Amino acid sequence: MSDAASLFKVNGVLLVAIREDIDDTDIVDLQDRLSNAVNDEAVDGVVIDISALEIVDTFVGRVLGQLAKIAHLLSSDTYVVGMRPAVAMTLVELGMTLPEMRTALDVDQAMRRIREGE
Amino acid sequence: MSAGQETLKVLAERFDDLLLRWTEAQSEEGVQRTDVFSKKEVREQSTRLLRAFLDGAKGGDLDDPDLSTESWADLRDALREVSEERTERGVTPTQMATFIHALKTPLFEFLTDRIDDSKALAAELIVAARLVDAFALHTTEAFIEHREKVIERQRAEMIELSSPVVELWKGILAIPLIGALDSARAQEVMENLLEAIVERQAEIVIVDITGVRTVDTQVAQHLLRTAAAVRLMGAECIISGISPTIAQTMVQLGVDVGEVLTRASIRDALVHGFNKLGWDIQSIKRPDEHAGRRDGRGGRV
Repeated sequence: MSDAASLFKVNGVLLVAIREDIDDTDIVDLQDRLSNAVNDEAVDGVVIDISALEIVDTFVGRVLGQLAKIAHLLSSDTYVVGMRPAVAMTLVELGMTLPEMRTALDVDQAMRRIREGE
Repeated sequence: MSAGQETLKVLAERFDDLLLRWTEAQSEEGVQRTDVFSKKEVREQSTRLLRAFLDGAKGGDLDDPDLSTESWADLRDALREVSEERTERGVTPTQMATFIHALKTPLFEFLTDRIDDSKALAAELIVAARLVDAFALHTTEAFIEHREKVIERQRAEMIELSSPVVELWKGILAIPLIGALDSARAQEVMENLLEAIVERQAEIVIVDITGVRTVDTQVAQHLLRTAAAVRLMGAECIISGISPTIAQTMVQLGVDVGEVLTRASIRDALVHGFNKLGWDIQSIKRPDEHAGRRDGRGGRV
């Protein structure tokens, strides 16, 4: 099993911490694990922490968007949190504004929003 | 004897006479600017330039003077300093060039005194003229170079000054944009803003465009990209200060702001931010003036 990211379940929220040097195979693998985990564990929400991620390309950007969509299809709120300024700028430059993705500043804020049922 | 040697001799042997006559010629041309420089200062500047000119002429190619070569390094430095000194006190480039050109008068006089043969004199004068011309041309270059540096510095300062990120409330940032928004500035604004979001843990960001003169498709694009990046960071972006004219222009241009929240004034945007964060503004209730205020002061927002 790959360790592209660590998955924790905290208070009914699935927390996904993505590792710094994630590559294309890892992230596809993660997509698989995440969908299974969301399905099995009946979580209220998913928080994907990408604060370790320093480099993004269109592929990673797209997979992030897909992760959010998949979790949404499996009926749980998904937040991507901790995006670095440089990463945000790169994604915008690449034209990937990921409108389907919910974002929050940090894990704390995302947890709060999930609790509030936003 | 190659042309230019006599010029060199005149420069070397009659240096003091030349200097005296040069300053006189400057005075006649009316370019000494004794209103902003003392006689002593002008004399010092002229001495410095003529000395460097002589040193350069000794080592340089007199037939084809190229002031960018190594032998003229001294003259270039002297020129740069003198033209900076003079232009800072309001001397125009034309006056500066005429200041140098005034050297021709005494130089030609002295050459005419020395050389009897008309052909030799003509050849010598051509070389001398070319030298002084190159000298004068370089002052213009030095002047432009100096101005360009000033412009570049001011541009950098302006960019820094013109995109301050201010914290209006805990979690609410505002960035008032003023003037024209070109690509370089839009980039700067975005960088500052995103860094500030991380630093201050902001949830609401208000981009106020009250001070932006015109919004065309490109500016709108920059704004929307900034808003998109802010959203990716996990904060909410509100664009405020859209005047009726700008709103009309944006619609006519077919700019689609999509999901980005817009407000007419920064006040409305701030109120939205407060509501979003769970704050409310209320007047301090005083029994006598509490009821029925309609002038916009006090009361709930």
